[in-house]
Amino acid sequence: MSRSLSVDTAPRPWLRRLILTVVAVLLVVPLLAMLEFSLRQTGGGYGAEHWTGLFDPENERKYRAMFKGLMNSLVLALLVLVLVLVVLFPTIVLVHLRFPRLQRILDLLTILPIAIPAIVMVVGFAPIYRWIGQNISTETWTLFLAYGILVLPFAYRAIVTDLAGVDARTLSEAARSLGSNWFAVLVKVLAPNVRRGLLNASLLTIAIVLGEYTVSALLSRRTFQVALLQLNQSDPFGAVIMSFLSLVVIFGLLVLVGWLTARPRKGERKAAASASRGAAGDATGASPAVPAVPASAGRNAAAPSVPASQKEGPDAR
Amino acid sequence: MKRLSAALGLVPFAAYVLLFLLVPTVLAIVSGFQDKQGGFTLANFAAFKDSAVWDSFWASTWLSVVTAVAGAVIGALACWALTGVSRDGWIRRCMDAASSVLAQFGGVMLAFAFIVTIGMNAVITVFLKDRLGLDMYAGGNWLYTVPGLILPYLYFQIPLMIITFLPAMEGLKPQWAEASATLGGTRSSYWTRVGFPVLAPSFLGALLLLFANAFSSYATAAALISQGAQIVPLQIRAALVGETGASSANTAGVLALGMVVVMTVVMVVYSVLMKRAARWQR
Repeated sequence: MSRSLSVDTAPRPWLRRLILTVVAVLLVVPLLAMLEFSLRQTGGGYGAEHWTGLFDPENERKYRAMFKGLMNSLVLALLVLVLVLVVLFPTIVLVHLRFPRLQRILDLLTILPIAIPAIVMVVGFAPIYRWIGQNISTETWTLFLAYGILVLPFAYRAIVTDLAGVDARTLSEAARSLGSNWFAVLVKVLAPNVRRGLLNASLLTIAIVLGEYTVSALLSRRTFQVALLQLNQSDPFGAVIMSFLSLVVIFGLLVLVGWLTARPRKGERKAAASASRGAAGDATGASPAVPAVPASAGRNAAAPSVPASQKEGPDAR
Repeated sequence: MKRLSAALGLVPFAAYVLLFLLVPTVLAIVSGFQDKQGGFTLANFAAFKDSAVWDSFWASTWLSVVTAVAGAVIGALACWALTGVSRDGWIRRCMDAASSVLAQFGGVMLAFAFIVTIGMNAVITVFLKDRLGLDMYAGGNWLYTVPGLILPYLYFQIPLMIITFLPAMEGLKPQWAEASATLGGTRSSYWTRVGFPVLAPSFLGALLLLFANAFSSYATAAALISQGAQIVPLQIRAALVGETGASSANTAGVLALGMVVVMTVVMVVYSVLMKRAARWQR
């Protein structure tokens, strides 16, 4: 696929720059406004007063609830991550290799959390969490079971898109014939080959969990967003700084992962292939060479949008 | 036997999805048909006699339509421009990452962003007022009403459009442009005869997805509008936290059912459109 030919259909350079600039400005202005706001001093003028105040031990009481909420959300993110990697990923591989017929059902199931608004799910979660609260725990961590459902569409599609570009069947058969058991196939052979999908899925999971408000607010659990909204009433500066920071950090992580996992393009493949082979080998002990997957196979950093597999057009994202 | 043990591997996920996806959905819908004691009733549908409920469905619908259409058009233009930049370049990478963050990360924080951008004392508001004499709030404080949600919603709708529509846009085969050019087509005839018709189903599909996204969005609205229930998700909040004193959980169930009906229609049309779009993506 040569890029030069498609130049004909892309906008002319001046128009392209104009569109991209306008969109970039639209997206960046609110962030700059947050930064501007956070630098306003109480006595007028600009300064880092509110930034330093946030981490000043003297204000510990004031921000305790917010940092507690952040901790709760980080713990939740970790638990959901485990759920995605330990339950979802093996299931996807199993269905892909052994039960291809179930693929359609899985596609459909995983699109449901998008079709059913979170606010509707809350109505159904409420009795379940009432039971959990009475019998297990009223702590925030129990939310990870609900959150696993919320991230399902995004994590699923990120992994499946990557898996579609890997000849998983051949790889696993090769590994099995060399004496690997199922677990080794999954962890040592397949996981390194879809590390891009797994990384994207993990990052989206963390982003969604840290940003989740609907379910936790209505089930009265203390997550980061719930605490932020509460902090906003007493100290909007602190709330804006934390929001700004988390947006920028997640953005930075996504750029980093996109950069680290970029698939080598045709021209550069030879050089890059040996490098990535080395990297995969280092990470996993004895993994087979990373197959040269065409750059188009898993092109999008935000993978949920890409159709689940070649056969499955309907449920993009 | 081997197959059986493999099938056992599906059990954890199946059980999980059953308990935390299917059961809650059924519970949500069934609760609309139950009275407080759990018996069957249709009385909850009396909620729809309340004109405020209809108003909220109407407000949710037009808000979603406006932000979906505007977001889809602006987002599609951005995708078009992005087809012209290198896939591995920093512009593309930043755009991908920014779109992911803004589309999927935190309605509450986006609400904060807009309060400090175009709120009463925000930098842009003050600038317009002091320097240009334009008072954005001459007509009252609209940021905390439904029209005030349009801009914050666009802030996640445009990125979502970029995420969903870009793959379709990149699916346009260069050979088609080549063929069109060989047959004497111009840039504009390529778009009117080939590009638009091929992309139409994907575009409409993405538009519907944006509609669904806005329709079901709750956090931004909840963070901005603390009083009243102008859109459906806020009606459900009111019913759940029981401010109004109406039979809460079951009223929420009926409202949830109303939302599910709208979303089902949208998703069915969406899947039909995506099937058509898939024809060109082989």
